Amino acid sequence: MENLIALLQHNPLMPRADLACLLAMSEEDVNARIAQLEKEGVILGYQTVINREVWNPDTVTAVIEVKVTPERDGGFDRIASRISKFDEVQSCYLMSGGYDLLVLVEADNLRQVAAFVSEKLSTIEAVVSTATRFRLKTYKENGAFHHFETTAERLAVSP
Amino acid sequence: MSIPIADHIRDIPKSGIRDFFEIVQSMQDVISLGIGEPDFVTPWHIREAAIYSLEKGRTGYTSNLGLPRLRRSISDYVGKITGVRYEPLSEVLVSVGVSEAIDTALRAILNPGDEVLYHEPCYVSYSPSVALAHGVARGIRTRAEDGFKLLPAALDAAVGPRTKAVLLNFPTNPTGATLTRPEAEALAEVCLRRNLVLLTDEIYSELTYDDMPHFSPVSVPGMKDRTVFLHGMSKAYAMTGFRVGYACGPAPLIEAMMKIHQYSILCASTTSQDAAIEALERGDASVRRMKREYELRRNFISAALSDMGLPCGTPRGAFYAFADIRLTGLTSTEFSHRFLREKSVAVVPGCAFGPSGEGFVRCSFATGLDQITVAMTRMAEFVKSVRAT
Repeated sequence: MENLIALLQHNPLMPRADLACLLAMSEEDVNARIAQLEKEGVILGYQTVINREVWNPDTVTAVIEVKVTPERDGGFDRIASRISKFDEVQSCYLMSGGYDLLVLVEADNLRQVAAFVSEKLSTIEAVVSTATRFRLKTYKENGAFHHFETTAERLAVSP
Repeated sequence: MSIPIADHIRDIPKSGIRDFFEIVQSMQDVISLGIGEPDFVTPWHIREAAIYSLEKGRTGYTSNLGLPRLRRSISDYVGKITGVRYEPLSEVLVSVGVSEAIDTALRAILNPGDEVLYHEPCYVSYSPSVALAHGVARGIRTRAEDGFKLLPAALDAAVGPRTKAVLLNFPTNPTGATLTRPEAEALAEVCLRRNLVLLTDEIYSELTYDDMPHFSPVSVPGMKDRTVFLHGMSKAYAMTGFRVGYACGPAPLIEAMMKIHQYSILCASTTSQDAAIEALERGDASVRRMKREYELRRNFISAALSDMGLPCGTPRGAFYAFADIRLTGLTSTEFSHRFLREKSVAVVPGCAFGPSGEGFVRCSFATGLDQITVAMTRMAEFVKSVRAT
């Protein structure tokens, strides 16, 4: 199962027949396992990793640290869920440390992010404070470019 | 005058791989399945440890035996994988790759004329290393039908009055053969009964597949006293160029090996030793990831070879498929040279690894899957064309 997930994470487009060959399984078994992983919610979906430096490079990404007053029933869950529902929000995490929620926001320009923070996020009653930082450049995204480095500088034949 | 060459050096035959290497080197765009080292770059955290070591100015000699901390790491690691405890200060020697450790061990134990047994097909250096130490190397043939394992009866039958040691290498380069626990125990039993020193080269021990754990013969009770356990960083951690290996053995033997090592090598590279500490102490996850990649490729290459009628017995260790090419009617040398010329893919003729490798070619899967895929397609075409003629 671990191998199947690793392969899909790296390339969800790999033909099922190739997956079967690499995993030494039948294609039917591979299909059944993937269906099971999807049903169990282990696999939530398949995404394309876009090079943001090339495609829509003017899009801005902001990382917002949000301090929140937790609620007596449910703690941070309800408020985090409320924030997550905004289309601008790409990811939302509960964090340890100096703030509570880390919110990753994507928008067409700075003004949109500012509007989101001032009009949507800050106005939520439980939100105590926000601190917004903008991404300047991407060096690594979701580990996508961090598969294995391989070297071509090897002897052509060695014992 | 011409400088006379020592008899025992002159008598060592030229490596079977060298001519082939020259031809491959002279060609453009060859896909090589002939490479006996990982295609991965050393994991970054290990390289970073080497850089840090240089930044700190750690550029002097180390103790002849190796950095004490590295020897402690080795002792802990070997203890974990074999259950055998080696004293870091007296029973561990850090060498320049396993090859140096084998050479040093052989020189430390052999008197001229002493015999060393080894199973073949095998790594190309075993027989020459014995000859360099003025010993007599005697290969024991293994067979595809037995999974290229050394059978205890064959070992027993090969022991003669001058036999001093046996050299084992499981998982095996070039066949990928592995030993189960009972098989390793049976070989250890022969060593104990026939009073043989065991040199066990376990450089591929982390790379076993199908969830099969590696079992070392040194783990068998009574074996530690007569075993030189040889291992290193090259294969599991993709650190071939760092040149770090090690030998673990009884203190008097390590002391004897140290005499040779200190006068010929002095010590292994300090930078590499620092990198080796990082690898042993924090490298498990990297090894697991690389091993997973090898296992997937192994599944692919085994299926592809079997589909074209060249079975390789699905290797359970190392990163080589030893394909049986006998149905093509070609010798392994003819197969390799023609395949290279006609399809620009390099595989190593089995005869380079000993006479019982004839009829086989070694296909390394320490090469990217995309390259392996192209190589297998071309091999299938080649085999078809050979069989049609």
